[in-house]
Amino acid sequence: MSEFQIKKSPTVYDAIIVGSGAGGGMAAYVLANAGQKVLMLEAGQYFDPRMDALQLKWPWESPRRGAGTVRAFGDFDAAYGGWEIDGEPYTKKDNTEFEWFRARMLGGRTNHWGRISLRMGPDDFKAKDGLTDDWPITYDDVKPFYDKVDRLIGIYGTKEGLPNEPDGIFMKPPKPRLNELFIKKGAEKAGVKVITGRGAVMTEAIKGNNDRAPCFYCGQCNRSCKVYGDFSASSCLVIPAVKTGNLTLITNAMVREVITNKEGLATGVSYVNRKNMQEYQVNAKLVILGASAGESARILLNSKSTSHPGGLANSSGVVGKYLHDSTGMGISGFLPQLMDRKRYNEDGLGSVHIYSPWWLDNKNLNFPRGYHIEYGGGMHMPLYGFGNNVPTINGLVPDRNGNMKDAGGYGTALKDDYRRFYGTGVSMAGRGTAIARADNYCEIDNNVVDKFGIPVLKFHYKWAQDEINQAKHMQETFLSIMKEMGAVVTSKIQGADTNYGLLAPGKIIHEVGTVRMGDDPKKSALNKYCQAHDCKNLFVVDAAPFVQQGDKNATWTILALSMRTAEYILAEKKKNNL
Amino acid sequence: MNRRDSIKALGLSTISTGLIFSALNADAATEIAPVAEAAETEPGREQFEIERNKKLNSEVFFDPHEMATITVLADIIIPRDARSGSASDAKVPAFIEFIVKDIPEHKIPMRGGLKWLDLECYKRYEKSFIDATPQQRIAIVDDIAYPKKAKPEMKTGVAFFNRMRNLTASGFFTSEMGVKDIGYMGNTPNQWAGVPIDVLKKYGLENIKI
Repeated sequence: MSEFQIKKSPTVYDAIIVGSGAGGGMAAYVLANAGQKVLMLEAGQYFDPRMDALQLKWPWESPRRGAGTVRAFGDFDAAYGGWEIDGEPYTKKDNTEFEWFRARMLGGRTNHWGRISLRMGPDDFKAKDGLTDDWPITYDDVKPFYDKVDRLIGIYGTKEGLPNEPDGIFMKPPKPRLNELFIKKGAEKAGVKVITGRGAVMTEAIKGNNDRAPCFYCGQCNRSCKVYGDFSASSCLVIPAVKTGNLTLITNAMVREVITNKEGLATGVSYVNRKNMQEYQVNAKLVILGASAGESARILLNSKSTSHPGGLANSSGVVGKYLHDSTGMGISGFLPQLMDRKRYNEDGLGSVHIYSPWWLDNKNLNFPRGYHIEYGGGMHMPLYGFGNNVPTINGLVPDRNGNMKDAGGYGTALKDDYRRFYGTGVSMAGRGTAIARADNYCEIDNNVVDKFGIPVLKFHYKWAQDEINQAKHMQETFLSIMKEMGAVVTSKIQGADTNYGLLAPGKIIHEVGTVRMGDDPKKSALNKYCQAHDCKNLFVVDAAPFVQQGDKNATWTILALSMRTAEYILAEKKKNNL
Repeated sequence: MNRRDSIKALGLSTISTGLIFSALNADAATEIAPVAEAAETEPGREQFEIERNKKLNSEVFFDPHEMATITVLADIIIPRDARSGSASDAKVPAFIEFIVKDIPEHKIPMRGGLKWLDLECYKRYEKSFIDATPQQRIAIVDDIAYPKKAKPEMKTGVAFFNRMRNLTASGFFTSEMGVKDIGYMGNTPNQWAGVPIDVLKKYGLENIKI
């Protein structure tokens, strides 16, 4: 007798939300607070930063001293998952590159992200160069939701009045660190603007919110925060939504497909429990995908039926297409003038204290759009890899007696060098706009399934000359800032053979665009409220709906759009349209 | 929550999370099965991580001779001085034993490098590295500790010593003794008020505003 069975639940929820990150979390928060009965399915395990954050642990509390052996961003990083997940492969096509970082946990990647929270500007929604398709919405459509997200979650920054870097409702920003003052001085000489950073860290209390406490400056946002002082979808959205009594959460639930009826409407989803491999079907009046740009596209493409033969919401054929990640390249060095610096606690907060918004006019450049710059350096907690470059750079500067010596060494002199160089490091990294192109895409690999039997994604992504030229410009800019600061550059200068250090697509973990929105159902999968043109009770609330990303990190826009979609759902329900 | 409460919450985190957990279970009934399995668990760690650490800790990679050589080398690289103890005082050899199992690409270069060192020592002095005199050991280390001026025939030793030196520094400065030595003063709740004024003055940055 076969033991295979699918457990079907008789309950019909108002909505099923797939994924618990920024998009799914926000939709759940809005709907549950409005009294909707919501079921959330998360592929990974339960995670509550209050209990699970590895915050304030010392390096010796990790047997690998924080090395990234099992966690890509270090042993204390909050993300469960990574670039490769056992039993859940993905493939690549035509020797192209794409790196896909997946989190499998409540709150998804928001538990470990950099909290850099930039609004997209008017020109990002409707570009003046006409090179890419416009969004079906403008900055003015999204602004009220950015404002509400600012108030709900908390963000620090300064009002600058820059045309395409819209100001938000900001809490007080952190003061700059020492190396950041050097950067400011050097960058200005190099003609690069530097302003206060903007991040989703509560530097002040939020009135009426008794669950979250302000930042206490440990600089460890990537470990997630036990006092909920920064934004994670787990701590700030899903756990509060569960407390309303209206949100049911099922973890370890890996969704196979959205189930539709003869009329082509969504009736629920099927999923497999990742721990015990049991099969389930659950029902709802509407389905909201927030599984990430990659996973939401995968679910839709795997949801084939007679009414949706090419996959759900895909009569246009655009699902999977227009995949784009931010460009990224970086360099590092050290400041000799900071050798033997005075010790004090400069952890600061765990997002950026300063950054450079895009500052140039493209008229004189050989690439469109631009990039912002993120800066690093300082007296950090020593972790695995600490001091690796000291035996190289100790040959570049005079010793205490003013004499040059050979790089390398051992013994008390080397031990002293580790101390002398501590906290002198400085790094800069560009995050830029990549153009959304139909021929950068993900599709179903019909020959490969994961361990649950779900067909996997196959990626096809090539950088174009525009992005390569942008990376070249980044490197030149960073080198000139380093020079003006009096820094010694230690990273390798990259040439055309390595695309000037341009990282592989996917590496910046800002992938977006796979289920794009638009007014024309022939060219887009979703309408301007992220509602499927082909299936009115299906919505997508992660970064998949993005038409064209700016050089801004995606999270704040995901949150604003998801809130907007959830409010639209409530309004449509009131009008009996859903 | 004010800041004082938040600091308190750090200590009480398990209790408050327990409450949230019960709320969840009540809502989702049997559909949720969080980490309640009887196996060893640790907050913030996936089960496979705990099992992997356990497995690595139960394995032995270096033999006693190799460990003795690592200990001598590590103490040559980071010896005791006026400010702190030596690499072996900070248990660096035990860290190196763990990390080569954790990051297996260290295994062959470390084992092979230790072998190279003994053979080089034997060629010169007919003794293994640990049996050589301190002067003899330093004579070899001097030939492999300076990559740019090392002779071509010493390149194998240089590559090994680079790795050994990095693992020693990682192990030492991530130990409690090493963190204190380097003067890292963070990892504690505080108020970041910016660069101290005497430091700003020292570098002439008092007037730089972001």
